[in-house]
Amino acid sequence: MQRLRETFAKLETQGRKALITFITAGDPDLDATCDLVETLVEAGADIIELGVPFSDPLADGPTIQAASLRALERGTTLKKIIATVKKIRSRTEVPLVLMTYYNPLYHYGLKELVKDAVAAGVDGLIVPDLPLEESEELRRLAVDKLAVIPLAAPTTPDTRLAKIVAAGRGFLYYVTVTGITGTRTSLPKELSQSLDRVKKIAGELPLAAGFGISTPEQARTVGAHADAIIVGSALVEIIAQHGASAAGRQELGDKVKALRRALDAV
Amino acid sequence: MIVPNERGYFGDYGGRFVPETLIGALDELTKAFEFYRHDQAFQDELKEWLTNYCGRPTALYRAKRLALELGIKEIYLKREDLAHTGAHKINNTMGQALLARRMGKKRLIAETGAGQHGVATATAAALFGLECEIYMGEKDIERQAMNVYRMDLLGAKVIPVTSGSRTLKDATNEAIRDWVTNVGHTHYIIGSVVGPHPYPLIVRDLQRVIGIEAKAQILEQSGALPDYVFACVGGGSNAIGIFHPFLEDDLKMVGVEAAGSGLESGAHSAPLCVGEPGVLHGSLSYLLQTEDGQIKEAHSISAGLDYPGVGPEHSYLRDQGRVEYISVTDDQALAALRLLCRTEGIIPALESAHALAGVVAQAERLKEQCVLINLSGRGDKDVATLAALEDKGGK
Repeated sequence: MQRLRETFAKLETQGRKALITFITAGDPDLDATCDLVETLVEAGADIIELGVPFSDPLADGPTIQAASLRALERGTTLKKIIATVKKIRSRTEVPLVLMTYYNPLYHYGLKELVKDAVAAGVDGLIVPDLPLEESEELRRLAVDKLAVIPLAAPTTPDTRLAKIVAAGRGFLYYVTVTGITGTRTSLPKELSQSLDRVKKIAGELPLAAGFGISTPEQARTVGAHADAIIVGSALVEIIAQHGASAAGRQELGDKVKALRRALDAV
Repeated sequence: MIVPNERGYFGDYGGRFVPETLIGALDELTKAFEFYRHDQAFQDELKEWLTNYCGRPTALYRAKRLALELGIKEIYLKREDLAHTGAHKINNTMGQALLARRMGKKRLIAETGAGQHGVATATAAALFGLECEIYMGEKDIERQAMNVYRMDLLGAKVIPVTSGSRTLKDATNEAIRDWVTNVGHTHYIIGSVVGPHPYPLIVRDLQRVIGIEAKAQILEQSGALPDYVFACVGGGSNAIGIFHPFLEDDLKMVGVEAAGSGLESGAHSAPLCVGEPGVLHGSLSYLLQTEDGQIKEAHSISAGLDYPGVGPEHSYLRDQGRVEYISVTDDQALAALRLLCRTEGIIPALESAHALAGVVAQAERLKEQCVLINLSGRGDKDVATLAALEDKGGK
């Protein structure tokens, strides 16, 4: 969790925005995940979000659904992902957060999960189907060790947002669109205003915007109104095509570099 | 204890495990439901539709020949198969469509397994002039072709779901994704007592009419309450509907899950018998899942029971010991279906045949008892499945 705090603090002093990149752990396999994380970091990603594959990813669009399925077919489990994080930790201090649906965590046992994740070097958890009211126990167990990163949506009223922010750690994940994950040609036109409004309520908690962001232009536009942007499906699509081959890593790196440049131009 | 509590928990089960995007819509729905639940004009209108359009109350029929055949003292069938569209599902969709109309929603979506809920939703949409899209697994579209055609006739669009097991579970995922995207103008009519709060409560409330009627009818016809109530359990809406008004009474209740090819085969739909608690489709309840917390694919010959989860109130009633949950295999259900056809001239749905098969399996202990069975739907939709089995020379 400390790594997340330090990263945002450092970027703030540099006047830069954070680039958060998502890939599905175990796609195409877990060894590849270690290499792909290295590629992302070298290309300029500040925080890595690893998706834990789930059989029923109901907040995800077709791209990440397919990646989940590929990872599950390769026998990826939460236990193995935590072991992989441990390996990645021996190579880099980049903040790592797991994005996972609730059932794998619940089934693992929350107490056990927090202990194992912290020991492996996981910095935070994003659980898209665990709203404020249901996350109390996880937050209590994770306190000060593991950031339970909250999500807010365009449909979240301000009063509720304030409560979400107060309970949140790490950063606030603002879902830019009313919908599921996946690349989009256009983002809502009122997004900049929404982000400005959310930023005021978020206060000290860094504001990260995700869902639908795939191009450098979108990164620049959104980055101007947030502390961080999150890109997922656009990267997962590259992995879907090329796996972790040299060509794939090259293309992935180029994509991240382009996003990085756009974000640094904000 | 009154269940659910204000957060939608039935003891340890239930809740709201959904993306933040939907919380506002669920709050809005809870508020509307709490209001109209006590609004006389709304209740009068619903009753009017249920009476003159759906054909309620449905009959309670004493099945003497079936009882004689099984050596059971008395068997009564609550004839939900006689409700408009052929199953209890219409009770829920009429109520929710009226609610959606009051809330100003112009579009209805639903998931469906056997197609009965899809047909019932399409019916309400046609009646009230609402746009309607139904998510249905590809596998279910194949085995329930007649219902697909009915939905089409009724003006609904059936969207095939090709992900995962291509059955009810995946259709539900897709319906939730649609709702997350179109939540502003769309109402999602969940077909069973599953999903995030307030759905398990809303659907229970709308299905209680089954048990309320059955209780009055059996008192009138036999002068006493039954000793046992049997119902099949997939998501569990027909079971909750008939059980709930009897919960405080001195009688036994049995929910019958689908054991598919047998519990030991792993190919079944019996989370209450052999599952573990977990979260699927917005609530915490018993589930079929792997060691890693992935949802397992369910199996049942009955598309309406082919689901790895179950409504949270059933999980609560199971843990309380108030309802006993058992399971019967595909073969047992098929045999019971044929038995009812030949003894009583009623073709039950494959789902409802599981409730009958539960009674057949326990006939020994029911000898001196009066048994009420919820015959939740009619079997016309299943004749193609049955004919295909005959062609294979089996069963």
